[in-house]
Amino acid sequence: GADATRGGRRERAKMQGVEKINAELFTLTYGALVRHLLSDLEAVDEVNKQLDQMGYNIGIRLVDDFLAKTNTGRCRSFKDAARTIAEVGFKMFLGITAKISQWNDDETECRMSFHENPLIDFVELPEKLQNLSYCNIMCGVIRGALEQISMRVEVAIEKDPLKGDQAFELSMKLIEYAAEEYPFKDD
Amino acid sequence: ADKREGETTRNASTQEGRKERTRIEMVCYNMYIFNRNGECLHYSEWSRPKHVKEGAGTLADDAKMMFGLLYSLKNVCSTIDPKAEHRVPLGAPLQHGKACTFHSFTTNCYKLHYLDSPSGIKIVLNTSKEVGNLQKVLWNIYSSLYCEYIVKNPLYDIGEPFECEQFVQKLNQFVSHIK
Repeated sequence: GADATRGGRRERAKMQGVEKINAELFTLTYGALVRHLLSDLEAVDEVNKQLDQMGYNIGIRLVDDFLAKTNTGRCRSFKDAARTIAEVGFKMFLGITAKISQWNDDETECRMSFHENPLIDFVELPEKLQNLSYCNIMCGVIRGALEQISMRVEVAIEKDPLKGDQAFELSMKLIEYAAEEYPFKDD
Repeated sequence: ADKREGETTRNASTQEGRKERTRIEMVCYNMYIFNRNGECLHYSEWSRPKHVKEGAGTLADDAKMMFGLLYSLKNVCSTIDPKAEHRVPLGAPLQHGKACTFHSFTTNCYKLHYLDSPSGIKIVLNTSKEVGNLQKVLWNIYSSLYCEYIVKNPLYDIGEPFECEQFVQKLNQFVSHIK
């Protein structure tokens, strides 16, 4: 009822200033990137690593843009951050509605699941590329973004529709909060 | 104003810049942008009658002193916070996002405004002491200037000092509207 409309208005306000591009172009561009990496590098493991690194470089920039657009002042905890990524971040940048679940007891590990993913539209993995984490770039983006807000995390793809699973599932694990220390040695 | 002086459009941007700077002199003195490691990424100055050489010595030392001040102030604010749930010992490393942070302080000569963004970027703006709360303005500098012109530039290494003509121009324009 009233809550839904309020949420809708808030969401529309957040989406202001977000320009739209053709989704197919985005999917094709990403596909071309992965193909290029596959032809450049020998091992599939190397490609996975490169995708993660690229994602990291994107994430460290994307986070400032995200903070600016959503007027986020403080991110209080890993739980907060994970929820924000799933409910706002994914929606804003990829149009994906993601859900966080399976929190462990001390709230340092969780799973993020989602069904749609523009990156894998029209994609099918051939036999010889079964070890390819096609969407590894997403793991890097989350890792890079959270590092900029002082959280060191590990992100991995646990379930992948390209490999037969029903939906995507990412695992997110908090390694530590990085505290702000005085950087200069001579006090 | 340009038409009055009959200047050609080629010099318009420098003329504009100089005029902006004269107007800004009234209100804004200088601005620093730091990354979380204390490196000064950018310094802009519009009015600084007391030369740096008579103060800290060099711009680098001046920036270092400024960062030290910000860090210490933040620490003290957290330690004496009357609403804090847990005791924070003075000097302990602060968890980003959990500690309280100060917004500004006013002296009899100037007012210092401070913004600590969640990603560790710190913006300091010194203005004349009559200026009000500039938190929104600082946030706009962060979001519409730093994020747009610096972060989104793929050739720029995040966390490194930068020189960007467009950024400086927009900043001068922006700051000239502060009253």
